[in-house]
Amino acid sequence: MSARVDQQAIATARAGFARHGLSWLDLLPFLCALLVYLFGGRYLALGTQVMIQIIFALSLDLALGYGGIDSLGHVAFFGMGAYAAGLFAMHVSSEPITGLLAAACIGAITGLVTGPLVLRTRGLTLVMLTLAVATMLQELANASAMKPITGGADGLFGFEIAPLFGVFQFDLYGHTAYWYALGVVAVVFFICKAVVNSPFGLAIRGIRDNPVRMRMLGVNVTARLVTLYCISGALAAIAGGLSAQITKLVGLDSLAFLLSGNALVMLILGGTGSLYGAIVGATIFVVLSDRAAAIDPFNWLFAIGAVLILAVRFAPQGVVGLIADAWRRQRARRKA
Amino acid sequence: MTDALAIDNVSKSFGGLRVSRDVTLSLPVGARHALIGPNGAGKTTLVHMVSGLLRPSAGTIRLAGVDITQMAPERRVGLGLARTFQISSLFPSLTVVENVGLAFEARYGLDRQIWGNTRNRAEIVDGAAALLQKLALLPLAGRRVADLPYGQRRLVEIALVLALEPNTLLLDEPAAGLAATERGALLDLLLRMPEALSILVIEHDMSLVFRLAQRITVLVEGQILTEGTVAEIRADPRVRDIYLGTRNHG
Repeated sequence: MSARVDQQAIATARAGFARHGLSWLDLLPFLCALLVYLFGGRYLALGTQVMIQIIFALSLDLALGYGGIDSLGHVAFFGMGAYAAGLFAMHVSSEPITGLLAAACIGAITGLVTGPLVLRTRGLTLVMLTLAVATMLQELANASAMKPITGGADGLFGFEIAPLFGVFQFDLYGHTAYWYALGVVAVVFFICKAVVNSPFGLAIRGIRDNPVRMRMLGVNVTARLVTLYCISGALAAIAGGLSAQITKLVGLDSLAFLLSGNALVMLILGGTGSLYGAIVGATIFVVLSDRAAAIDPFNWLFAIGAVLILAVRFAPQGVVGLIADAWRRQRARRKA
Repeated sequence: MTDALAIDNVSKSFGGLRVSRDVTLSLPVGARHALIGPNGAGKTTLVHMVSGLLRPSAGTIRLAGVDITQMAPERRVGLGLARTFQISSLFPSLTVVENVGLAFEARYGLDRQIWGNTRNRAEIVDGAAALLQKLALLPLAGRRVADLPYGQRRLVEIALVLALEPNTLLLDEPAAGLAATERGALLDLLLRMPEALSILVIEHDMSLVFRLAQRITVLVEGQILTEGTVAEIRADPRVRDIYLGTRNHG
């Protein structure tokens, strides 16, 4: 059939597919990170935290923004990754990259085990099931029978992380941690881009829009969602693993509901379904939390609440959606 | 020759309510068969059972000789079944070409492929380009479905199911909500469908039904009232009664 279709028609059809590939614009966050390193040496630890949360928000955006998986339990993957990386460093190897890969595997396995159970549902049921899974895992980590493994309420501590590539020691000032986190962000961002740009990426956007129609196209919707859940889980676990390796501490709070809620707020602030929203939202959230806590250590959440209300009222599609709309309007005005 | 679709004594109950009663219907290969009846007759319920969105309480459904009664909807599609919905069922946030592209993805099993650029897959892009050109939808390729008027959405949904190259097609009120000119374009399109394709159409627009269908089944209160050729159905006083309202069937 393709040989008989004229090239003009193919070009028109190709132009109709939304672009999700890499562009020069994608270098902007990394350029900002470079500038922070060069001119904001005091803020390297904060920058590293921003990058950990960017990875976590990217993983949630993949599941929620692209696949329509409404999750309040994404912290399950973050926490499993953190414990996996901590235990790997304590009992197997202190080499950081293999530790992160181990965390990613555990995250994917968590998605593979829990996905078929929770992803047959939608809406509020799905939200509550994901929350239940995360809560159960937190309770499990705190169970007295698990204390020899998880450390219970004390968590895991006292483990060492070997120098990155056998050369770069994790220093007190956080230079190595910063570059390490930046490298992991780049890899995770590239993976997310590749996934959303692929035929599978189009299929998950179709499932988000209309799962019944997808079934009536012959697609096994649950299987695709489980695959997405595993990928997203692996990336969230990388964020958890990275956090464990950099702070050298894993506690029960790495499985706390609050982290899931924070990631959702980041996506609301930045915007869902674009990946850029995760980057912008995580940056705003972490920096704002830090500055607000510096000003008022007791009531700093007020600032987050106020910004969230303003975002929902004036930028319901998030900051990135707001900028994209303004850009489209500007282009339309120029054309007119 | 095996029928494209054979529905044998199919019934469906929701609690104490029986919405389909012992419906038996068969479509030979290449049939153009219409299912008509007043609202609440159980026509859409029957299509839901054939497509797998509802399971029958009793009876069997065969597609090209294969018993599909308990089969998942996606597996039925794999056997050559496709359907449209009473209210267009599309992907509103995606563009027209992405909608059709999804059908090509599903047809070639590419929806599980996590690598590669969708825009560079010839099976998807070339297939969608050819189909959209054939249906005169190419100028709309880059438009979001949510931004299209209803008539054009109907055509996009038909493009979607044609992309699957089905053997049996179920059309649930394809002309509902269309303007007169759009109905004409739809009829032209349906009349140009491949001869080997078997079509079961539910429709209230009798002029469209009489021009498209070879045989018609009349369903009333979940039961088959009568079945026959277009001429037989037109001449049947019971059918006239139902459609002119001299019998009250709610």
